Amino acid sequence: MPEKGNLLGASPAIINVGLEVFADDLQELGFQVVQVDWRPPAGGDSRLTDLLGRLEKSGKSNSGEPS
Amino acid sequence: MQSPIEEANQAALGQMYNADPVLVDVAPASEVMPQLGDGMLLHAGPPVQWPDMCSPMRGAVVGALRYQGWAGTEEEAVGLASSGSVSLHSAHGFSAVGPMTGIFSPSMPVFVVENRTLGNRAYCTINEGLGKVMRFGANDESVIERLGWMEKTLAPTLREAVRRAGGIDLRPLMAQALAMGDEMHQRNVAATSLFFRAIAPHLVRGSSQQASLSEVTDFLVGNDQFFLNLAMAAGKSAMDAAASIKGSTLVTAMSRNGTNFGIKVGALGERWFTAPSLMPDGLYFPGFTSGDANPDMGDSAILETLGLGAFAMASSPAVVGFVGAGTYRDAVNYTREMGEITMGNHPHLTIPNLDQQGVPSGIDLRKVVETGIAPAINTGIAHKDAGVGQVGAGIARAPLECFYQALEALVNHLDGQ
Repeated sequence: MPEKGNLLGASPAIINVGLEVFADDLQELGFQVVQVDWRPPAGGDSRLTDLLGRLEKSGKSNSGEPS
Repeated sequence: MQSPIEEANQAALGQMYNADPVLVDVAPASEVMPQLGDGMLLHAGPPVQWPDMCSPMRGAVVGALRYQGWAGTEEEAVGLASSGSVSLHSAHGFSAVGPMTGIFSPSMPVFVVENRTLGNRAYCTINEGLGKVMRFGANDESVIERLGWMEKTLAPTLREAVRRAGGIDLRPLMAQALAMGDEMHQRNVAATSLFFRAIAPHLVRGSSQQASLSEVTDFLVGNDQFFLNLAMAAGKSAMDAAASIKGSTLVTAMSRNGTNFGIKVGALGERWFTAPSLMPDGLYFPGFTSGDANPDMGDSAILETLGLGAFAMASSPAVVGFVGAGTYRDAVNYTREMGEITMGNHPHLTIPNLDQQGVPSGIDLRKVVETGIAPAINTGIAHKDAGVGQVGAGIARAPLECFYQALEALVNHLDGQ
């Protein structure tokens, strides 16, 4: 772990969030990388994220029983 | 304080996890499913009519019509089915599930599984074994003859034994089979052996069917997948119990008719949400390729809906090679990945290799959409032409489109209240 204020003088510890290809490149260059598998909710589809948001709001005030 | 959806989800999970499936009878379908009358057949998956049925399912319909005696020849059977004179229904609507084509006709014997916690019952046909079988669309004389033997000899013998046993508890047997390396979809060798051990004493003691015992035992021990249909009925009894709780985002059914894949969601009752079935990714028997395969088919995805099959792959090192999943590490990853889309871990169905963690169980519609992780299903692969049979085994994914449709319908439904 590099000391505070010495980021450029020591090898960095890297956490890569999302696209794994960045982690692969850094690993090939010899850096230690922790990969976090993250994707945007619903693949970033705004229609689906809107539906999920509406469901969360509705779910708080509605039993959802079929009519 | 929990939201109404979270409360419903917890209640639905409770019904699912506390289900206590017991094999209580083996009976003609028409006797225990009186709604299944003359001129009616049930099939796997969401509703589909003759013009849209895939070739193996059409083959099975033709075979069932001949087996029932409603048609004398293949031509007559095709004429009956294509004229609309035969009433075709999704088995799920009758508390029933069938593997692959999943055809039920009134005379076919079925397993009767009762969930002793809630008292609801579920039904599944008896597994015919390998080779030319109706579940893969075969319908020649050998298939009809075997079905006749199952009706006249196998089923009455099993019925007597099951009744003499006072029923056979399936949940402890399934839990033990998981510990012995089955995932109960593509591997049932341990479960089948355990079932045989449970029923054998009642088969031989005082059976009125002594003459048929050797045939029956040969049939039982000659089919490693015999237990599949019992696990399916057990799964259906648990999922129907969960579906009795209204308002949840729990996926209560996943099934395929070889043309379309369908799901049901607790809050939306009996409504199906469908999209075209995908092709399984798998390994093929010698002489066959992916070009021979039919799209994903069968009600057996009820097992993944419960948390078995691909969801429990970590429990089954032996199935990894059979379904082409890669290495055992990949199998563990399948189980972990399915944990991303489920509400919990089944308290009674645990995986020894993962420190007795329960199988990931209870698919949450919201999590599938949010993560984009499609449920995985271990499956047999049928030839696209009726009658050829099984050509391989592999892993299929549920089409995400079904889940998108269900989410939209649920939001609209809640907004309309």
